[in-house]
Amino acid sequence: MSAPAAALERGATLPDPAARGRLTALVVAIAVLWPLLALAEFKPWQLFDGGNAEVMANFLAGFWPPATSAEFLALLAKATLETIAIATAGIALAFVVAVPLAVLATRSLSVSRIGPAPQRALGAGARTATRAVLTVLRAIPEVVWALVFVRALGLGPGAGVLALAVTYGGMLGKVYTEILESGDTRSARALLEAGSPRIAALFYALVPNTAQELASYTVYRWECAVRASVVMGFVGAGGLGQLMDQSMKMLNGGEASTILLTFLALVVVADAMSVVIRKVLA
Amino acid sequence: MSQALASGAAPPERLPRCHACIALAIGIAAAIAWSFAYLAVDYRQLVSAESMRLMAKFVGEFFPPDVSPAFVAKAAWGALQTFAVAAIGTVLAMLGGGALALPAAGRFGVAARLAARLVLNFLRSVPELVWAALMVIAAGLGPFAGTLALALHTTGVLGRLYAESLENAPMSPERALRDAGSGRLTAFAYATLPLVTAQGIAYALYRLEMNIRMAAVLGFVGAGGLGQLLYFHLSIFQQAQAATLLIAMFVLVFAVDSLSAFVRGRLLPAQA
Repeated sequence: MSAPAAALERGATLPDPAARGRLTALVVAIAVLWPLLALAEFKPWQLFDGGNAEVMANFLAGFWPPATSAEFLALLAKATLETIAIATAGIALAFVVAVPLAVLATRSLSVSRIGPAPQRALGAGARTATRAVLTVLRAIPEVVWALVFVRALGLGPGAGVLALAVTYGGMLGKVYTEILESGDTRSARALLEAGSPRIAALFYALVPNTAQELASYTVYRWECAVRASVVMGFVGAGGLGQLMDQSMKMLNGGEASTILLTFLALVVVADAMSVVIRKVLA
Repeated sequence: MSQALASGAAPPERLPRCHACIALAIGIAAAIAWSFAYLAVDYRQLVSAESMRLMAKFVGEFFPPDVSPAFVAKAAWGALQTFAVAAIGTVLAMLGGGALALPAAGRFGVAARLAARLVLNFLRSVPELVWAALMVIAAGLGPFAGTLALALHTTGVLGRLYAESLENAPMSPERALRDAGSGRLTAFAYATLPLVTAQGIAYALYRLEMNIRMAAVLGFVGAGGLGQLLYFHLSIFQQAQAATLLIAMFVLVFAVDSLSAFVRGRLLPAQA
């Protein structure tokens, strides 16, 4: 590192203004992380340990060439379509779950909050309860929900769709609430004070200001749902994940690498689609 | 925000029709209809009396949760391990993402930029659970495989976000230092880095919240922590123990979320 030139010309050595803060941060970070490293059994040398390295090397060597047999590609196409369908259906159901909960939980749509109304405490209580429901829905990861629904519906995509509906319903609901409350809420308040019903205040005051943000977050969640539906396949909820699980268990590297390439393509396509949708809505 | 209204223009009698929006709406409706038709899941099965009874029985078995001190201690240890996996994974990803963000933000030419973006996209597009399944083969069963899996996926995510904040950061402070004769590294460390640090830490904390949830799940493929315990107890139908683990997961997620929201609020007062 070279010191500032001006200082050099004057022959002075300037103290580093940020040094103390950065050093303190570094020391604190190391002190906190050290026990965590032990707990996470952080042993990078395991990677190069004879046995493991050999198994992994063999497995990775099997990655090339990717499997391209017509039979496998047909299977892959079916699984990919299934993954997309699970994500889309799951998000659609999650939207249905999220919207009423979000409307209930949004503070700026509360009529009783405007003036001293008798139901004021009731309204606040209902909002808190709705928020708690949303928290419970999204606190448990979708894979766990999928595992539960697999018990109820049997193996297959249905469990994945329901798991997405529950978890993403909670997430969408919470974020919709936050978006609706974070925009300019004065127009909603004006409408409510003038006696408009809450649904009208929602559609004519809050939604026009936040429509783009709401839509773009929903599209982002759909993108996440595509990834999540891959993951849920691992517990038997259909789609690409189930295929990947089978290939991994048989240590079939060629198939695994074709599936990984499909993931990559899927994510790139989902990215591109969300850009298009956002552009249309802009 | 609606541009026309924001700019104070007189609203037209009727909003102009947006053909693209209508096409998009039809497209989305068709996609949803196709998805349900393609999957052809019989959801009536879910609400039939028989499966309702089965589900209720299944859910009922989760209560009461196992609160014997020995098992609670085991769950707490699992939660701590899950936290360690998520935290170390996120820190490794901060380092890796930071290193890849520099070329991805175009600081080393166009070729390096494209190459770094490709790597980041690849890391990001493979889900954590798939990375974990691979890492279990590489590093053996245990939390280390989960840590690596989280680190790899999160590197892809953070690297992209970091590259974007580097690109969005104003260049003038760094240019000023460079023009005054400072070296490239110094100029970056004292002009651009302070501008992006707070945002970078906020992104990392946000990912930590997601990684906590994910780390809890990675155990399903044998990567330690709460997930491994949960998968074990669910597969031998010990729902009472599973309930305790789910509660532990909930507490952990809630604690980390609150802590991280608090820190993020402090870091970015303007955006909180």
